Amino acid sequence: MKIYVCVKQIPDPNTVVSKLDPNTKRLVRSGVSLVLDPGDESTISAAIKLRDTVGNSEVVAVSMGPASAQEAMRRALAMGVDRAILVTDPALAGSDALGTARVLAAILQKESPDLVFCSTESTDGYTGMVPGGIAEFLNLPQLTFAREINVEGAKAIIKRVTLTGYQTVECPLPAVVTIASGSFEAIYPTMKGIMSAKKKPFTQLTLADLAIDPSQVGEAGAREHVATIGKAEARAAGQIIKDDGNSAQAIADFLQRYQLL
Amino acid sequence: MTTTMKPTESGTAFLTTTVSESADKIFTLEQRDEEQRWIQESSATFIQREVLPLTEAIDHQEPGVLPKLVKKAGEQGLLMIDVPEEYGGAELGLLTSSLVGSELREASFSVAFGAHTTIGTLPIVFYGNEEQKQKYLPKLASGEWIAAYALTEPGVGSDAMGLTTHAKLSEDGKYYILNGTKQWISNAGFADVMIAFARIGNEKPSAFIVEAHWPGVSTGAEERKMGIKGSSTRQVYFEDTKVPVENLLGEIHKGYKIAFNILNIGRLKLGAGTVGGARAALGMAAAYTTERKAFGKFISEFGMIQKKLARVAAETYAAESEVFRTAANIENARRSAGNDTEGAFKAIEEYAIEASLAKVHGSEVLAMAVDEGVQIFGGYGFMQEYPIEKAYRDARIQRIFEGTNEINRLVASGTLFRRVLKGKLPLMSLYPAIESRVRSGQPLNNAGESIPAELRDAVNALERAKDVTIYSAMKFALKYMQALENEEEFIEYLANLLIDLYAVDSALARATQAVRRGDENSGTHVKLAQLATWLAFTRLRSNLDQMIMTNSAEGDVQAELQFVRSYVGDYLLNGVALQRELAAVVVEKQGYPL
Ligand SMILES: Cc1cc2nc3c(=O)[nH]c(=O)nc-3n(C[C@H](O)[C@H](O)[C@H](O)COP(=O)(O)OP(=O)(O)OC[C@H]3O[C@@H](n4cnc5c(N)ncnc54)[C@H](O)[C@@H]3O)c2cc1C
Repeated sequence: MKIYVCVKQIPDPNTVVSKLDPNTKRLVRSGVSLVLDPGDESTISAAIKLRDTVGNSEVVAVSMGPASAQEAMRRALAMGVDRAILVTDPALAGSDALGTARVLAAILQKESPDLVFCSTESTDGYTGMVPGGIAEFLNLPQLTFAREINVEGAKAIIKRVTLTGYQTVECPLPAVVTIASGSFEAIYPTMKGIMSAKKKPFTQLTLADLAIDPSQVGEAGAREHVATIGKAEARAAGQIIKDDGNSAQAIADFLQRYQLL
Repeated sequence: MTTTMKPTESGTAFLTTTVSESADKIFTLEQRDEEQRWIQESSATFIQREVLPLTEAIDHQEPGVLPKLVKKAGEQGLLMIDVPEEYGGAELGLLTSSLVGSELREASFSVAFGAHTTIGTLPIVFYGNEEQKQKYLPKLASGEWIAAYALTEPGVGSDAMGLTTHAKLSEDGKYYILNGTKQWISNAGFADVMIAFARIGNEKPSAFIVEAHWPGVSTGAEERKMGIKGSSTRQVYFEDTKVPVENLLGEIHKGYKIAFNILNIGRLKLGAGTVGGARAALGMAAAYTTERKAFGKFISEFGMIQKKLARVAAETYAAESEVFRTAANIENARRSAGNDTEGAFKAIEEYAIEASLAKVHGSEVLAMAVDEGVQIFGGYGFMQEYPIEKAYRDARIQRIFEGTNEINRLVASGTLFRRVLKGKLPLMSLYPAIESRVRSGQPLNNAGESIPAELRDAVNALERAKDVTIYSAMKFALKYMQALENEEEFIEYLANLLIDLYAVDSALARATQAVRRGDENSGTHVKLAQLATWLAFTRLRSNLDQMIMTNSAEGDVQAELQFVRSYVGDYLLNGVALQRELAAVVVEKQGYPL
């Protein structure tokens, strides 16, 4: 089976305080330390786990990004991904979700995947629109918010996270699956993994390789425009529960009210 | 193979090179490449996920737990770092293995890991012949076999070359027959192979590769220890043990070369481990200061607590800077020596002083970090439920093995004098100029534009301290000449000076580099280096004072003190204000601030 994972390099959420550029209204991604999206690390881990259960399968990481994203791809390889494909092209700067989905779909089209894994959303942009776009472009069914994935014959069966529990949903392969955040503990690259990553196949492509018209992607092809950016409203003050002997009950009640328990 | 190949400095260059120059040359942690960062991070995660959850079981020596973890580390590749590629290794070198060594945290695991990878495996890497390497290294690199190093005996520790285990060639010339007892051998309980030292005839000791399952090899009971309780420490008995002649390691009667050279690397690695231990202890303590309240305040708000946090951070920064500077120097020198054993020996020997300084300083900084750590935890620090209690006990051994800190002080000062006498270090020729500077009270104080303004005073203070160290060392060395070894206190003062000079030089060079590079944390680097200098400076002055008071001819004492004190001068700084600022960073980061 061929399992593809769409991944992205983002400003390190553990060390970088996100900033928006007031002129471009975009997230500042230069001059900060960049990492493979930690959310994608757990999605990769889900794919590797499935690969190892199913057997005789490969996991391929695909990404669209600047040259710096090579590091994120090497990271994916170090984690245990079998090969990596990165599309880099100056014309891609300023791509919106649609453009990104178009490019990723073009790669996947050539590769004929059985499964395409995406994180539900990226940890920097949080649009959550790319996976749906990919499914549309490829004309594939999409399963969302998976916290468990199994393959039986030509079917993908997932447990889909809901507010109160989960649903079991299935669809025929090939399919796009989004992984619910926090569902899989991220594998960490072992030293052997880090060393072997250097020898694994890593393909770098340009728009021309994918026969994509540059006017359909990047700034030029973007349909999404950020009209304004502003500060989020300050959150209302929280509720402080004083411990008068009944605080545990009070906290439990509070959590229950919001269906968190 | 990694590509980091910075220009190297020669051994002891720190004494005679200015910070301005060395800041361009030295390796600092900030220069790690992606692979080194990832491997370091990977080993930290391994410890976090696989080792720390088993701390209890390890500490109680539950059978099998520790060797299983060492083997697991092997599966991940962590045991192959220093082994050449053709023998199943990764050949990444000492810098990478030191980075890994600084992440091991659980001290019993760290001792088992170090006994295997460093003193157990490296003798074969450096001195094994082709057959020995092919036979043993792949198994050691993968963790299939675990190694130990058996030098110490009940009667000899520091004076290991006085060992009495002996080896006799069998009549058919096929075996050496070993008889004797080794003591306190780490990993003895589960080692498959040991590097054992024994004397053939009355010659100097030779080294042998001994397989633990051979007839005539047995071990005693586990020692009951103060700390690193999880590590295996036993006596090893050789009773008519038949060791095939092909298992003689290196040249006959030249085992001392192996022993000393491997210890140099062991010392460096121990330094790396103590830096990691100090960072971990600071992390525990810093986190606790924002949990515990007294008199209605978090204890992080008290000045005396802030002082402890800041000082541990600054001393750790200095130790960290010197350890990895040394690791990179040794690694680069060793690489340039290629596969030549003698060349590799010389490359490591070149930095023997630095390795000893890093060992002593690192283990003493760790001692301070765990001691202040316990203090910050108050009564809870004394309770076994809190990991700082274990860290405190585990730290104590670091000042004892791999050469006690006394022995390493002797090594540092002794090697320095030997080099001066052999003309390998230009202190004799520098002496007249330095003497006239000191006597005329005219220090160079030439830290100029190339040193960041905030560090200039510190750098000038350091360079003055180097001058008077060379001045006093040469003066008294000339006085004692051959009888130097009877003047241990003098040797110790000198070693103490060297320890502080190397640590501070490394810290100031690293901070200078950070500023030059425009590092986003350069402000913190500068503060750490300033405080490290400030703390070391009082020690430097007091060591100089005591050295002069006890070694100058009677009438000269007053005058000599005057010269030296006024030349060394002060490093003026509001240390308290600086400590408060640094403590705030430590508290915010809940630990070591970089
Ligand atoms: C837990 C543990 C694990 C160990 N693991 C190993 C191992 O794996 N392999 C191995 O071979 N050994 C091992 N050792 C032995 C260790 O290396 C020795 O304990 C160490 O070298 C010191 O020797 P000693 O204990 O005999 O002290 P001694 O040599 O008896 O020293 C006693 C005191 O005298 C001081 N002293 C000695 N000579 C001088 C001098 N010339 N000038 C000033 N002071 C001096 C020492 O510094 C010390 O303070 C281990 C020891 C321990 C405790």
